[in-house]
Amino acid sequence: MNLVYKALGHRLFWPLAMLVVLLAVNVIAVPGFLSITVNSEGHLFGSLIDIVRNGAPTLIIAVGMTLVIATRGIDLSVGSMCAIAGALACSIILASPTPNDVGTVTVAVLLSLALALVLGVWNGFLVAVLGIQPIIATLILMTAGRGIAMLITEGQILTVNSAPFKFIGSGFLAGIPVATIVAAVVLALVALLTRRTALGMLIESVGINPEASRQAGVRARGLLFTVYALSAVLAAVAGLILTSNQTAADSNNTGWLIELDAILAVVLGGTSLNGGRYSLTGTLVGALVIQTLITTVYTVGIPPIATMVFKAAVVVAVTLLQSSRVSSALARRRSRGRRAETVGSAAEAVAR
Amino acid sequence: MKKTLGLFAAGAVALAMTACSGGATPAEPGAAGGAPNKPLDQLVVGFAQVGAESGWRTANTKDIQESFKTAGIQLKFSDAQQKQENQISAIRSYIQQGVDYIAFSPVVQTGWDAVLQEAKTANIPVILTDRAVDSKDTSLYVTFLGSDFVAEGKKAGEWVTNEYKDAKEQVSIVQLEGTTGSAPAIDRATGFADVIKANPNLKVVASQTGDFTRAGGKQVMEAMLKSQPKIDLVYAHNDDMGLGAIEAIEAAGKVPGKDIKIVTVDAVHDGMVALTEGKINFIVECSPLLGAQLIDVIKKLNAGEKVEARIVTNEGTFTQEQAKEALPNRKY
Repeated sequence: MNLVYKALGHRLFWPLAMLVVLLAVNVIAVPGFLSITVNSEGHLFGSLIDIVRNGAPTLIIAVGMTLVIATRGIDLSVGSMCAIAGALACSIILASPTPNDVGTVTVAVLLSLALALVLGVWNGFLVAVLGIQPIIATLILMTAGRGIAMLITEGQILTVNSAPFKFIGSGFLAGIPVATIVAAVVLALVALLTRRTALGMLIESVGINPEASRQAGVRARGLLFTVYALSAVLAAVAGLILTSNQTAADSNNTGWLIELDAILAVVLGGTSLNGGRYSLTGTLVGALVIQTLITTVYTVGIPPIATMVFKAAVVVAVTLLQSSRVSSALARRRSRGRRAETVGSAAEAVAR
Repeated sequence: MKKTLGLFAAGAVALAMTACSGGATPAEPGAAGGAPNKPLDQLVVGFAQVGAESGWRTANTKDIQESFKTAGIQLKFSDAQQKQENQISAIRSYIQQGVDYIAFSPVVQTGWDAVLQEAKTANIPVILTDRAVDSKDTSLYVTFLGSDFVAEGKKAGEWVTNEYKDAKEQVSIVQLEGTTGSAPAIDRATGFADVIKANPNLKVVASQTGDFTRAGGKQVMEAMLKSQPKIDLVYAHNDDMGLGAIEAIEAAGKVPGKDIKIVTVDAVHDGMVALTEGKINFIVECSPLLGAQLIDVIKKLNAGEKVEARIVTNEGTFTQEQAKEALPNRKY
């Protein structure tokens, strides 16, 4: 019984529960939903594979976003960064006489990441040096970024036919989607880097109390530069995957509103927007919930006009269940048994 | 500070000068339908484009911009990035700038009455291109120049009906819809449904929006391939979603165009290439090249002539054989 309460109290309980519920809904709708087969080309094939492949960009961005949020910041410019990276990579590949050359694609990818690094440092400069509130600082690039991408593509949708570039978003390595591998590597590297060293703790300390950490000798400025630069580069990685997956750079649509999905993934994973303690595992669960939700809409066949409402309902349910007020109200109700007045007060607490 | 003041003064003079030259034109100001018979090089037309969501739209934008250049009429162009509020604010700014004509492709069908009323009050004629609005007051715009989407859906439906006229069992069709609420999505679905209902074997088993994008089409198709036990045909509301579906079908180890037949609308370059490669079976054309017809309408209105309330663009359909012949001569 104690174990049950412990599980219920864990911050990942409700997101995980929602993930299980969503998967269950899919299995009821389509009994073979969980099956994974190997197709004729030796690639893993199945709905679960689609989820981990299509969810990869959101997860990659959410990992960077987790660290930014841990410093009590936010990065709204990631969606635009996706568009910029895709636009630059595609225009380089299109301008090259050898679009199918691995070297060309490598150069295009590296230059896109370098541009993202510069833009990320710009975000870091606005936040760390000029002291502009993160939401405003990154809003600048969020709005201007798509314009930059449009300038690069001259307002066109650039379609590229380049096998090595297509490999990034739609390719398979040892039967596993490349995008999934990239996401896994990103998650593992960032986890190692921040959890095996003191970096994670320092980031958290900046988020909890910037002034106190400065007086304790933590170089907050450098840390802020690092997290915003990392967030931008990871956004560019995600943007390249998205662009490669649709074999076209689309300045208007690539990564559209993905910043909100990434923030949602972080929050669903139990990291507070007030900064401080963060959980990369939580972010992983959050990203999986979001992608499973999207897949559910298509699999179950929810009518397009009701899609948004359905998504909102799931998100509201998880965030409500996660909120400390609601959970303490529920706990009170459990511990005091079936007395009617308790139910009343719990309901009151929810209402409040 | 002095410098700034000087700049302001210069600006004011410049403004006054333009106001003078504007007043010098002989036309009586505020006459219905703008100022008729203005020299073409003095006309200013505001065009509020939907966005650049597909290759089709890009071709449409290019054609309009080039046609205006050739005709020597000044064009103010804006890109709404698929959002109605952007388009409304673009139209408002055109009204404030006092352009002679406004042309636009509405993102969605409804919600335009207020801003169109403002244009009417300002005596600026509005021309709808490519997409219609759903308004009871047809006096809010002079003409709607564009494709007949219901007819396009019907053409697609007719090909499907003919292709499966001997089918003995159910033909499972999945539909990739355009942006929810947009005129082409609604009308292409209606036209298609109207025709295929004649044959009870033809059944749309699933229908989802892919937002007219390649990524959308791909992701929806991936999920449908797993949730539907049998899919015989994909009807995509545009080529881009069809191209996304092709990728998903190939990833599932099936052959697009054979195992699963594909019918799309638009006939953009990439779609036509896929058609010649046999990956798409039939494309209903929806021509984006309406720049010349738009210039015609503006010239007629400028000369004080009447224009038809509905002008349909010239377009056809392509089978795989026809596509092979037509592809080398396509402009987009």
